[in-house]
Amino acid sequence: MSEHHDSHHHDGHDHGPEKGIMRWIKTTNHKDLGTLYLWFAFIMFFIGGIMSLIIRLELFSPGLQWVNPEFFNSMTTMHALIMIFGGVMPAFTGLANWMVPMMVGASDLALPRVNNWGFWILPFAFTLLLSTLFMNGGGPASGWTMYPPLVLQTGDAFPFMIFAIHLMGISSITGAINVIVTILNMRAPGMTLLKMPLFVWSWLITAYLLIATMPVLAGAVTMLLTDKYFGTSFFTAAGGGDPVMFQHIFWFFGHPEVYILILPAFGVVSTIIPTFARKTLFGYDSMVYAMASIAFLSFIVWAHHMFTVGMPLAGELFFMFATMLIAVPTGVKVFNWVATMWRGSMTFETPMLFALGFVFLFTIGGFSGLMLAIAPADFQYHDSYFVVAHFHYVLVPGAVFSIIAAIYYWLPKWTGHMYNETLGKLHFWLSAIAINLTFFPQHFAGLAGMPRRIPDYAVQFTDWNVISSVGAFFFFIAQFIMAYNWIANCVLRKGVAAPARVWEGAHGLEWTVPSPAPYHTFETPPVISESEITAVHDAPAAAPSQA
Amino acid sequence: MGRLIWGLSGMVLASLAHAAEYNMPIGVTEISREVHGLHMLIFYICCAIGAAVFGVMIYSIIAHRKSVHPKPADFHESIKVEIAWTVLPFVILIAMAIPAAGTLIKMEDTSDSDITIKITGYQWKWHYEYMDEGVSYFSNLDAKSNAARQLDSGVNPADVPNYLLEVDEPLVLPIGKKVRLLLTSNDVIHAWWVPALATKKDAVPGYINQLWTKIDEPGIYRGQCAELCGRDHGFMPVVVRAVQPEEYERWIAERGGKVAGDAEQMADAAPVEVASAAADAPAASSGPVELTRDQLMSEGETVYKNYCSACHQADGSGMAAANFPALTGSAVANGPVDEHIDRVLKGKGAMAAFAYLKDREIAAVVTYERNALGNAAGDLVQPAQVAARR
Repeated sequence: MSEHHDSHHHDGHDHGPEKGIMRWIKTTNHKDLGTLYLWFAFIMFFIGGIMSLIIRLELFSPGLQWVNPEFFNSMTTMHALIMIFGGVMPAFTGLANWMVPMMVGASDLALPRVNNWGFWILPFAFTLLLSTLFMNGGGPASGWTMYPPLVLQTGDAFPFMIFAIHLMGISSITGAINVIVTILNMRAPGMTLLKMPLFVWSWLITAYLLIATMPVLAGAVTMLLTDKYFGTSFFTAAGGGDPVMFQHIFWFFGHPEVYILILPAFGVVSTIIPTFARKTLFGYDSMVYAMASIAFLSFIVWAHHMFTVGMPLAGELFFMFATMLIAVPTGVKVFNWVATMWRGSMTFETPMLFALGFVFLFTIGGFSGLMLAIAPADFQYHDSYFVVAHFHYVLVPGAVFSIIAAIYYWLPKWTGHMYNETLGKLHFWLSAIAINLTFFPQHFAGLAGMPRRIPDYAVQFTDWNVISSVGAFFFFIAQFIMAYNWIANCVLRKGVAAPARVWEGAHGLEWTVPSPAPYHTFETPPVISESEITAVHDAPAAAPSQA
Repeated sequence: MGRLIWGLSGMVLASLAHAAEYNMPIGVTEISREVHGLHMLIFYICCAIGAAVFGVMIYSIIAHRKSVHPKPADFHESIKVEIAWTVLPFVILIAMAIPAAGTLIKMEDTSDSDITIKITGYQWKWHYEYMDEGVSYFSNLDAKSNAARQLDSGVNPADVPNYLLEVDEPLVLPIGKKVRLLLTSNDVIHAWWVPALATKKDAVPGYINQLWTKIDEPGIYRGQCAELCGRDHGFMPVVVRAVQPEEYERWIAERGGKVAGDAEQMADAAPVEVASAAADAPAASSGPVELTRDQLMSEGETVYKNYCSACHQADGSGMAAANFPALTGSAVANGPVDEHIDRVLKGKGAMAAFAYLKDREIAAVVTYERNALGNAAGDLVQPAQVAARR
């Protein structure tokens, strides 16, 4: 990199990264962009986490002690938008950036410049969104679901929120297109679809869900925009519209979105458990079919988010039955993970601990989901803390634990240095205890009658809320152990050097390249052996003719 | 040992079914008992599946760890097992879906009701209208809870009876009668929820939803708005007082007497709508009412607390940050009285129109705003003046 190249020659095939800040701004390298996505998600998790602490602080005791109700409402709204669109989704996109090309034996994503663009939209989107907190009327406070007519009462923040959501959607769609094009066109010879690692499969399905649903969200929020500023009345009954129609459109996006947040987690867990059980994943084909079924079903269950909205009986019955069906493919996945562990030879390094924590706690979230599917009972659960407990079980010890597991698992490959195992295990146990303290009592509060999205509550709910708040602070603090462990040992290279195959039982192309993974990998496609997905590292002759 | 574990888990499960602090209430209607039964059934099914799955997992974690089981098996598929664990959950789900569908069908059958009440959600209170009895009124968060729930109020919520779950005027229902509830909203979407009745449904502006309930036992049943409806979403409780049918009839008669035979309650003299000030309001008369300064100011203060103080603040200082103007020293509150009345009736910008309030309430609150909160315009406003501006 010391010599200066001609400006027309920056496709980066023969040299490493540029130096300084311009490397990160101009980069089209999937590894650089993966890193950017992950750092971005990390910052957003931190900001969204602070917001959740403000919520838990106010809910620590009955009465209003710290914030007024509008600010509380904007905290719940922003917490959700930031965690979903700024935390979990970019984190999974970051993992896809790093791992999909390496796992399928491609040199990069198919559309590297689009990849750069997709990432660099995000800081602008979230700056816009966060800036609304300082605007006249405060931040958006109508919940991340943005139901009209309430959302139309938003102050100056309204158009900024909508524009921010449009930008997030564009970013997600570019990422999704890139993943699909890469997977369908750039697999190494011999890597047939049903030989792909499950993480790649999970992302292929996720990407289709994104392409199908993000435009629906964009349409819904644009209709809100025209309702507020251009005199339409899509969602205003007085003008011939229907406020409930927004909910149908929103949840037609929103339910597939739920699986966008969890399918890549399935992929991560299906990668990690076989590694540490030293045993091939049980029922690979059924895992793929289960994910595809879940993705299909996600399009026909949306109205279970709206059982109380006043649908016809036939609609309620249909959505109840369809929702219950989701338990079948989800059950298959959990059973397959357990069968993979069965008679394996397990060790419990930190990634495995988080993956096992995922299976236990995500399953608890699945059970409460099954309970919520029962429409007559849902009338009691709906919009109560029971729902809050349910989706946080699915999203925190579900999606977030899988992201943490994936980073522990692949960070030594990315940086060439090991994290500290003792600190990793400490982090897991503190997190697992704290997360249950935080969210398990919320089931009880909800069943006893506490509605969600309230800044203050009747005194009989105090005990559960105290436990929940203590757990939340405890969980937040525990994450500093993780941050220290990753940054000091891996990012700043203080940990011991990692070998190419970091984990004894690991399989897949990413383990055939050195640690840290070189800036460019698989510039000539690796050859995939028939019996096992393993690259023959120095076989340049085979590549061009097959490609 | 095994018996002990079974015994203990049996006790835990049994207590789970009966604890209001941490479980769904069984409630006081046939439907609420069925819903509770479904809830416990699906809960036990989940517990059984969970015990099996987690049991196998924990056994595997202990028995199949590398130190005791160094050589992994190499099986990775079994069509028979996979078919079994696809079909078995399917059968369990069908077994669960049948009773659930039965209850759902019953819940949606609002036919043959004895009484119909229209419930309208407002930001942030409920309005109840007994359609055939000609009784209607607003139900607000009660004054003690309202005072205690202000930011840094200094009041310990534990000292307030039924904190946040008390209203000035509960919905009164007779036991043993099928009551049909029609739900709608005046502004944004609200949801009317009483856990003990297993009733929750959204109140959607421009649309009417239906619910029904038939309460078995007299008592007071409390709930809250369940759909985020803005700033004071957490402060619009639902309270149902279920009474014997005779007592219900007496109550209706009392209410009916106050409205002077006019079912539509068009007469402004009816004091029943005036929140908690109703107690010291004078008896209704059929002619136009002239109110004294003290009456206007005391009723006005109540109306102001219920409808205005959320934005303009209890002391009239407003909230500059949120664009809520101060009333203290404002041009409207100290200017021509008709413009002041118009502003309350028609609203402006973010301020809602309050034309749904009675003439008497508007007269009182305008008088209050002009002569309290640091203002001293000196004039009184009578209900007739408000009626003239409508």
